[in-house]
Amino acid sequence: MIELEWLPAVDDWSARLTQARSSDSPDWPALRSLAASSIDFLQTDRLDRVLGKTFAGAPPEGLAAPVVRIAVTGSATLSHLAPALRIAAARRNMWAEVHVGEYGQYHQELEDPDSALWQFNPTALLIALDARHLFARQLNSAEEAAGHVAQLLDRCEALWAKARARGLHVIHQTAMPVLPQLAGNNEHRVGWSAAGTLAVYNEALRARADAAGVDLLDLSPAIAADGLKLWHDPALWHRAKQEVTIRAAPAYGDLVMRLIAARAGRSAKCLVLDLDNTLWGGVIGDDGLAGIVLGQGNAAGEAHLALQAYARDLTRRGVILAVCSKNDEANALEPFDQHPDMLLRRSDIACFVANWQDKATNLRRIAAELNIGTDTLLFVDDNPAERALIRRELPEVMVPELGDDPSLYVDRIAASGWLEATALTDDDLVRASQYQANAQRTAARADVTDIDAYLRSLTMEMRWRSFDRIGLSRVAQLINKSNQFNLTTRRYNEAEIEAMINDPAVLSLQLRLLDSFGDNGMISVLIARLTEAGTAEIDTWLMSCRVLGRGAEAAALNLLVQQAQACGVERLIGRYLPSAKNGMVAAHYEKLGFVLLERGEDGSSTWQLDLTQFTPLPCHIECTEG
Amino acid sequence: MTKDDILDQLVEMMRDYFDEPDLALDRDSTAREVAEWDSLAHVNIIAGVESTFGVRFAISEIESLKSVGDLVDLVVAKKGL
Repeated sequence: MIELEWLPAVDDWSARLTQARSSDSPDWPALRSLAASSIDFLQTDRLDRVLGKTFAGAPPEGLAAPVVRIAVTGSATLSHLAPALRIAAARRNMWAEVHVGEYGQYHQELEDPDSALWQFNPTALLIALDARHLFARQLNSAEEAAGHVAQLLDRCEALWAKARARGLHVIHQTAMPVLPQLAGNNEHRVGWSAAGTLAVYNEALRARADAAGVDLLDLSPAIAADGLKLWHDPALWHRAKQEVTIRAAPAYGDLVMRLIAARAGRSAKCLVLDLDNTLWGGVIGDDGLAGIVLGQGNAAGEAHLALQAYARDLTRRGVILAVCSKNDEANALEPFDQHPDMLLRRSDIACFVANWQDKATNLRRIAAELNIGTDTLLFVDDNPAERALIRRELPEVMVPELGDDPSLYVDRIAASGWLEATALTDDDLVRASQYQANAQRTAARADVTDIDAYLRSLTMEMRWRSFDRIGLSRVAQLINKSNQFNLTTRRYNEAEIEAMINDPAVLSLQLRLLDSFGDNGMISVLIARLTEAGTAEIDTWLMSCRVLGRGAEAAALNLLVQQAQACGVERLIGRYLPSAKNGMVAAHYEKLGFVLLERGEDGSSTWQLDLTQFTPLPCHIECTEG
Repeated sequence: MTKDDILDQLVEMMRDYFDEPDLALDRDSTAREVAEWDSLAHVNIIAGVESTFGVRFAISEIESLKSVGDLVDLVVAKKGL
């Protein structure tokens, strides 16, 4: 089975379909998100039936483009491909009406001005001629073969001209390489072989199609990537004259629709790149310039480099690059300015956004600064939670699944077809730099997105424990590695931490965060010391930046207060000690409702929280011991 | 997996495929009883059965099918259950 592997798999797909269709008014956003998931041909046909019934009267509202009317005509069975065309349109928030011509009647249908095909009033025409039909005639010599190709091309041109004269977008499918070789590697020495002649025909089509303003649906790259066996099943050919097997229909439909979408201006214009673990391995804020993984000599480093090379080549053909990263800007820029292995340079990025706001807000800002729609952004991020957030908050943004391994990233983005381009102009080649200049002129206002619904949907659970021997080494690792979300940057070795386990004057917390995507592991460590009667001072508070913006700080404070109150504490002291890396938490205690006691000349600050007045902070995280 | 399990799975698959949650099929059912079960749907259903159960049928085996029960028996035979 060919998987649409750039689209997310939806576990409860069937249940969601039942729900989306049973709601009182048709739930188009829900239905099209089901189309935009990794589905097979059975799901494609099923969803198509549902859409057909649900929108029998009129297409849904709020479409991204005018309805397209696709006439499909050819020499073999094609009706099994129609549902996949319609679903591929829905996937793009588009609506396609599809007319499939009578079996084998393509010539008559295109010639006859009163045919059902013309009465359908198409806006696009897909011509799919099967290989056995094209090469049914027995050829006896190389000369005859060449003559046959020339004749075929002339006939194609005549057909195209009929449709082009009516202003249609014409798509001509190349011949599938399904004919058997007679001589194998030396096929070319059998000058009249059908398999060899088919290859010649495919090659010659390109120039003729370009000259006629026709788009070729070139199946060769997809067949090379997936294997012919996944595209063509000889049994289904003989039983049902399906040259493209029904199993490949979803992939076929998507290939056709990306051409139609590109003509309608629906392809991505801007690649928005995450940084940590996307453009390089590791976390720049924690690992530092020398610690991130990038460059030759390391498999993961080379994979990240391959993504950079791909992005750089895309800019050369007119795709704009933007960066959207949760980082301090100074840290995020450092590799661009200083890392010797970076291929992408600051000047390649038209809009560079590194801050601690949620990424939906930042994508809106990027689109505004570049003066393009959010529906032209392709968002590349290794973090499944960020991808889910964007799919939810901005369903119009194109968000490919990247896989677990950086070596897959490039192929996944390329396979998505979201960067499909039709005509390339000189403008395309300089566009990236134009956008960069524009971005520097424009200052956009940051929008605030409603994030509560998303956080609730994550069904987060925080598991807390005091320090113990099981968690010791992970606690030590976090204490010694965390730089950014770290209030005091105090380092302790394992022996020192172990001594805290049984120290009655120490309150400690190790926190794990689980959500609907899985276990994030230990993400936060807190140490507080009982200093004088009724007072505790927070010695250490650190957190992994991966879970930033989820309300984990609030949940952690609620837990700490609970423990402190159990020890009779009425006053909690917090300190911020600035370092080169921890600017992001300078206002940490202020945000949590602490009152400022004093501010030092070195930028440090001391804060107090009155526990007798404390009410637990609201958050969407359930806390359990364990 | 018993024959009944396979029948249940088949019926479930066809209910989804035809988008007919109440579709009632038993071993004696035939394509004629389902309005949308035409020759095109039949090809796709057989391909769906092959994918769902991880089996592959020969042309002659498909041509000899007369009822849903025959299809169940063929799956059972192919899976060696």
